[in-house]
Amino acid sequence: MNIIVVGCGKVGLNLADQLNKEGHNITIIDNDEKELRHAVDFLDVMGIHGNGAMPQTLREAGINDADVLIAATNQDEVNMLCCLFAKKEGHCSTIARIRDPQYTTEIKYLRDELNLAMVINPEMAAAREIERLLRFPSAIKIDSFSRGRLDLIRAKVPENSKLVGIPFYSLKNEIGLDVLVCCIERGEDVLIPKGSDCFMAGDEISFIASPKDITDFFLKLGLEYTPVRDCMIVGGGRVSYYIAKYCKETHLKLKLKIIETNRERCEFLAEEFPECSIINGNGIDQELLKREGIETTDAFCSLTGFDEENIMLSLYAGKLSDTRLVTKVNRISFENVIREMNLGSVIYPKQIIADSIVRYVRALENSKGSNVETLYKIADGRAEAMEFRVLNDPDLINRSFSDMNFKDGVLICGIIRNHKVITPNGSDMMKVGDRVIVVTKNTGYNDLRDILEEKEEEESVIHYEL
Amino acid sequence: MNFSMIVYILAWVLKIEGISMILPLICSLLYRENDIALCFFFIGAASILLGYILTAKKPKKIAFYAREGFVIVAACWVVLSLVGALPFFISGRIPHYIDALFEIVSGFTTTGSSVLSDVEALGKGLLFWRSFSHWIGGMGVLVLVLTVLPLGGGYNMMIMKAESPGPEVSKMVPRVADTAKALYKIYFILTIIMIVIFLLSGMPLFDALCIGFGTAGTGGFAIRNSGMADYSMLSQFLITVFMILFGVNFNVYYLIQRKKFSDAFHSEEARGYFIIIAASTLFITLNIFQSIGRGFLFALHHAFFTVGSIITTTGFSTLDFNEWAVPSQMIILFLMICGACAGSTGGGLKVSRLLILLKSLGKEMHLIIHPEAIRKVRLEGKCLDHAVVRSVSTYLMAYCFIYMISIFLISFDGYDFMTNFSAISATFNNIGPGLGKVGPLSNFSVYSYFSKLVMIFDMLAGRLEIFPMLILFSIKTWRKTN
Repeated sequence: MNIIVVGCGKVGLNLADQLNKEGHNITIIDNDEKELRHAVDFLDVMGIHGNGAMPQTLREAGINDADVLIAATNQDEVNMLCCLFAKKEGHCSTIARIRDPQYTTEIKYLRDELNLAMVINPEMAAAREIERLLRFPSAIKIDSFSRGRLDLIRAKVPENSKLVGIPFYSLKNEIGLDVLVCCIERGEDVLIPKGSDCFMAGDEISFIASPKDITDFFLKLGLEYTPVRDCMIVGGGRVSYYIAKYCKETHLKLKLKIIETNRERCEFLAEEFPECSIINGNGIDQELLKREGIETTDAFCSLTGFDEENIMLSLYAGKLSDTRLVTKVNRISFENVIREMNLGSVIYPKQIIADSIVRYVRALENSKGSNVETLYKIADGRAEAMEFRVLNDPDLINRSFSDMNFKDGVLICGIIRNHKVITPNGSDMMKVGDRVIVVTKNTGYNDLRDILEEKEEEESVIHYEL
Repeated sequence: MNFSMIVYILAWVLKIEGISMILPLICSLLYRENDIALCFFFIGAASILLGYILTAKKPKKIAFYAREGFVIVAACWVVLSLVGALPFFISGRIPHYIDALFEIVSGFTTTGSSVLSDVEALGKGLLFWRSFSHWIGGMGVLVLVLTVLPLGGGYNMMIMKAESPGPEVSKMVPRVADTAKALYKIYFILTIIMIVIFLLSGMPLFDALCIGFGTAGTGGFAIRNSGMADYSMLSQFLITVFMILFGVNFNVYYLIQRKKFSDAFHSEEARGYFIIIAASTLFITLNIFQSIGRGFLFALHHAFFTVGSIITTTGFSTLDFNEWAVPSQMIILFLMICGACAGSTGGGLKVSRLLILLKSLGKEMHLIIHPEAIRKVRLEGKCLDHAVVRSVSTYLMAYCFIYMISIFLISFDGYDFMTNFSAISATFNNIGPGLGKVGPLSNFSVYSYFSKLVMIFDMLAGRLEIFPMLILFSIKTWRKTN
């Protein structure tokens, strides 16, 4: 595919590199000639010198033939403008890097108005990742749909689970949570469960739930679960901001303590997050860290802007206690060295978003001409969870699910309508513009129509002619 | 100091006072109290005339600043009271001028403390004037002036700031004049609704009007010697409800009027206010219902009335709380100091100040444990500027200081501590009745004229939130060069 990357900073370069390795044709636009030459020298890409927010430059980079445009300069406004023009000039999907927290609060509006396929925000993605790490035992894998409105979680049913033997159709009444089990791995088998199925001890289940229900479901499932009650964060940058925001939004009972050197930033954080305790001081000060309880905290995150500082802080915290550690590292190049150190979970914000873009491009490639939005492989690739956008198709829309004839091993797990999540039952129906999450064992679907059983009348006609 | 502007605005206040004497004038005529009607006529006509002469020419230099704003407010209230006392004095119903002044200051500041033992002897016209002064004083005379006087510029905000109760003044609409109009509109409509409901509950017209004014301004002058005890339980209950409603920040009503219900019901201060009322009512009921011995509901009714009357600083009374158990009396003393919401017609320290003080206490304690911590004091979900927190602390300091000096000054009259303390509490917080010898069934005539002057100052200081009065009497204010 032809991909244009605007801006060749750390994010842009890393993206270009990864997408290039996937076999795509990359064109980079940047107005810094030196950086651009550096990129062109080291990667097999084309470089265009100019302002990415100018239609002229975009045309020069071949916007007409491009499939994807990724605007990843360090200015949100430039990125948005760039995507706006790209949409007008060509027919590509646009991805914009928008990371100012103020824009993020209006992100739905911006996405819809600018017609963006995806918004990338490395700090927010990192914060989400860290928040998940703090919330759930690390053994569990989490993917998210529709920008985090629904999560797909993989977990193992423990031996003594109280939910064993309860059929899924009565699960909702039994536990009072909107959780949909969409895939079960039992020994060698992969099942797409029906309403009459139930859990068995030792199953590896994948289920879909909104983030706020996950903790409760884990408890009901009987999973050993030691929650993190308090967390110390050094560095009050954007990542910390988003973590605090997530904790506030999801009503997570997590007491955050943020240590930050800049007084103004502290004041800002104190205004935004009254429930967090904000300390104005240097995180490198060992006395300060001890006084604020580094030895007793449940989790410790080093999220300053300097990799070296983060690594030192995490090593120090790890030496004092066996608290859960999270370390943010910006540069990926030293990964092989870092891996051997006791740094707990290492977060590479840029890697996280590069991964999600690569995944998006892959889904786009899989579904060229189809309407797959997101694609996850589950159960070690033996099943797929896909997010479709519903188009105007009379066979699909406005028909209740109980009237429709789905293929075996297909499960509709969720509908997202106007940014709200619906857990479907037999009487629900699809509407134009919905996003539908489908889990299936039969891989290779690239259109929502594929989930329907072929019409029987047609088959009988064929029989007749034979 | 822009004296011509101060005189100009004072003259406007005189005009408005003269006009507002028309109502008691009509009332006196209806009840055939011709001598009193004559008093009102001459005093009213004289103030209107004087007002017109002094406002005939608008001053050339209209700019004035915070200093003038505060002086105008304080001076205006003094002038208002000096003139307002004249009908009592000239008609001879209150022979001594300082007594008359005490009575009318108590009226305008919505205190409701009286020096009269037989109020009914005053006559209907003067009773009406006394109660009507509550209504005028409740929302503020200068706020009323601002609705009619186009000053322009940002100057009038200075006046609004000085006269409105509460730590912070917020405009509801961009223009001060429109804000003042909106306030008076809400005030007026609520008063009308209340008076109609009182009439429906079986109160005579004259009583409904006077008690309505007293309730709206959270004043509390009774018009019968027995206080409120004569009215039916239903009327008493309705009075309680309206007292409490007038103790709520008027911004809440403005939000309701603008149909922003969720904002209105999320007011932190109003919530705190209602919680305090509910908790105190319950506590007092449980504390007194056995000693009163007329059943739980009877005690609940009167406890609710008293709590509503004291916290809103109205000061109506149905039962003599002097006879209640001491814990209940302590709660009443606490409610006196606590007061109603900022931006209402009530007095006292105000619930919002109390909330700010409690929260900054929490913050200071947090800072002792975490010296480097950054924490904000927030009210209604918004962070408060440090300056606001500081001014609230200073206010509390000034408040306590004036409290102590006043108690010291009146202690020479030789009454017990409880009487003196509650007398100052009752006047400084604009409540009305105190405890001991100035309880609901007694009056303030026992004090000497000097003590009455101290209390007059306290009432004005309490109504205007201390600073205007301090600035009026500060030498620095009057120096030509700063």
